[in-house]
Amino acid sequence: MDKKKKDLNTIQFFYITEIIRGLYITSVHFFKNLALHILHLFGIAKNKKAMVTYQYPEEKREITRRARTRHRIMKREDGTPRCVACMMCETVCPARCIYIVAKEVENPEVEKAPEIFEIDLGRCIYCGYCVEACPEDAIRMDTFILDTASYDRDSMLLTLEDLLNHDNQDDLYNINYMKK
Amino acid sequence: MSEKIKVTINGKEILTTPDKTILQVAEENGIDIPHYCYHPGLPVAGNCRMCLVEVEGARKLQTACSTQVRDGMVVRTDTPQVKEAVRQVLEFMLINHPLDCPVCDQAGECGLQDYYMEYGQYDPKFIENKNKKSKKATPIGKYVILDQERCILCARCVRFTRFITKTEEIGIFNRGDHSEVDLFPGKELNNRYTGNLVDICPVGAMTCRDFRFKCRVWYLEEFDSICPGCSRGCNIKIYYNPHRPHKADGNRVLRFKPRFNPEVNRYWMCDDGRYGYKFIDENRIMYPLKGKEEVYLDEAINSFVSLLKESIPDRTFYLLSANSTNEELFATKKFFVDNYKLENIFLPDEDIFTGDRDDLLITEDKHPNTNGVKAIFNILYKDLIKLDELRELLEEKSISLLIVNRHELPEDVLDFIKENGIKLVYLGTNFNKTSKAADLVFPISVFAEKEGSFINVDKRFQKFSSRLEPLGVSMPEWVLFNRLSELMEFPVYYSSYMNIFKHMISEVGAFKNIDLNNINKYGVLVEL
Repeated sequence: MDKKKKDLNTIQFFYITEIIRGLYITSVHFFKNLALHILHLFGIAKNKKAMVTYQYPEEKREITRRARTRHRIMKREDGTPRCVACMMCETVCPARCIYIVAKEVENPEVEKAPEIFEIDLGRCIYCGYCVEACPEDAIRMDTFILDTASYDRDSMLLTLEDLLNHDNQDDLYNINYMKK
Repeated sequence: MSEKIKVTINGKEILTTPDKTILQVAEENGIDIPHYCYHPGLPVAGNCRMCLVEVEGARKLQTACSTQVRDGMVVRTDTPQVKEAVRQVLEFMLINHPLDCPVCDQAGECGLQDYYMEYGQYDPKFIENKNKKSKKATPIGKYVILDQERCILCARCVRFTRFITKTEEIGIFNRGDHSEVDLFPGKELNNRYTGNLVDICPVGAMTCRDFRFKCRVWYLEEFDSICPGCSRGCNIKIYYNPHRPHKADGNRVLRFKPRFNPEVNRYWMCDDGRYGYKFIDENRIMYPLKGKEEVYLDEAINSFVSLLKESIPDRTFYLLSANSTNEELFATKKFFVDNYKLENIFLPDEDIFTGDRDDLLITEDKHPNTNGVKAIFNILYKDLIKLDELRELLEEKSISLLIVNRHELPEDVLDFIKENGIKLVYLGTNFNKTSKAADLVFPISVFAEKEGSFINVDKRFQKFSSRLEPLGVSMPEWVLFNRLSELMEFPVYYSSYMNIFKHMISEVGAFKNIDLNNINKYGVLVEL
């Protein structure tokens, strides 16, 4: 970081020459992209990519398949959460954004289930450790929901209901992907 | 037994006595031999086969838990043959063990997990289906949950009920891989030491109903303490949950476990003490109350001082508590007896002659420190006042200020106090009827929140420390008496716990054989 500042040469010393140089670079990009886009309109030079501005939020960017996005909790066939409240994700979470309180369930094959399962998206760093730690494949990060903007912190708290609320779970990726 | 013999374990020459087994000698010298069925508090069984070691001269591997050492014995625990044997034994144990770890409360302190990480096969050869047992997560008794599938048949529980409690409720039934641990037909697990079954079970076959699913064990921290449940003073570990306060409804202390003390409780503790931890977090007095309203501590202390100044010592009455630590009792004595010149200071007989005792641990007196009151105030059992007669005493002495430390006064006394306008000051940890009737209430921290010492029924002086913060503004009694002394302009002032502890040791006659710099971790016998 302690790089010595380079001395300006004579041309650089005059402020106006550098301004012109900057304008030149910007103009080259502008006219090059303008020309390419016009050519693309006529179906020419399609193999050369031109720069694009995404009109977020109306237009969403493409998300790769392995991106880590908002969590969801998988269900068993009978609709109960697959989670057994083993607290692995809660333990491994470096941001400490997961809160689980366990309860006992009737079925002796299951024994344990979460009573409270909350993820504080305001704290989540999307590291994906919870997904890796889960021994039941109950938590996944593939809803392809990335925007969690809100006006207060409370609404960033996902409850068990929110996390389970994905009816067409396996098609989720395709839906988001195909929209493009 | 004074004769010494020489044993070599893993090339290390050890001098020891011939009454020990290889496992004991190894453990004393920091050599770890894996074991399940062996427990130092129980008779040797030798049925888990985990502790196999190589003894020079023996043709087969020997079980370290049941082989006594002899002179010139050469033992190796680190040969490939031993390691292979342990690995295979572990493999056999896991054949029918379900992969329940995510829902098992033992996970984190499980013998199978620990040893598998160290000695495990990691590439199991077993391809058949696991054998399912009939009882999965079945409550047996008030505090224990049995899961037969997780059992590795070490029979520690069987030996515990047979040799320690002598109630013989548990046995192993059927043969081969149908063997399962269960209650004998028609028997109930209702002895008073069932919590120990959970402790000694090396796997998750017996887990605790009270602790069930409250918290994972790796969130817990522990510190050493003394059980306040009765005058036995069992050594315990207190497990509290500092990292995830949202668990278990926000309770800090989640369980007690016994701590080894050969002179007091050995490896055990009773259920009453073990599950009597709830008062630490529930129904606590956290802030001073004046006429049922929360007030600042300064205001409450000022009111107390003015009450003490209004009343004369002859018309003031103090009920001691045998739940206070020695240091608190000492501060009480300094403040009330030496400086305030109070003579009406008594210990009531509440919960002292309950008649509820047994030969193992439980004692009749349900207070941890009755002998401490004896040592510091020279009160003998015959000097105890009866709570039923308190009303007559108050009337006779025309008392105007009654200070109660933690006791629950009978209804007629409370009525009498109300009728005659006697001021009632309550020092205590938890709300009860008396605290609700009191004019002034001071929050006192519970034993788990303060340093102190108790003297148990066998006159053993045992110190304990704490790692919990007092709830609210609750404080040890001696801190309260410090504040009062300042305002009353009494000379006594103790700046710290160590300060008052040193004073107490030097001033109380009964404690003269306690060496300040060298207090035995198993406690010191004092003369009363």
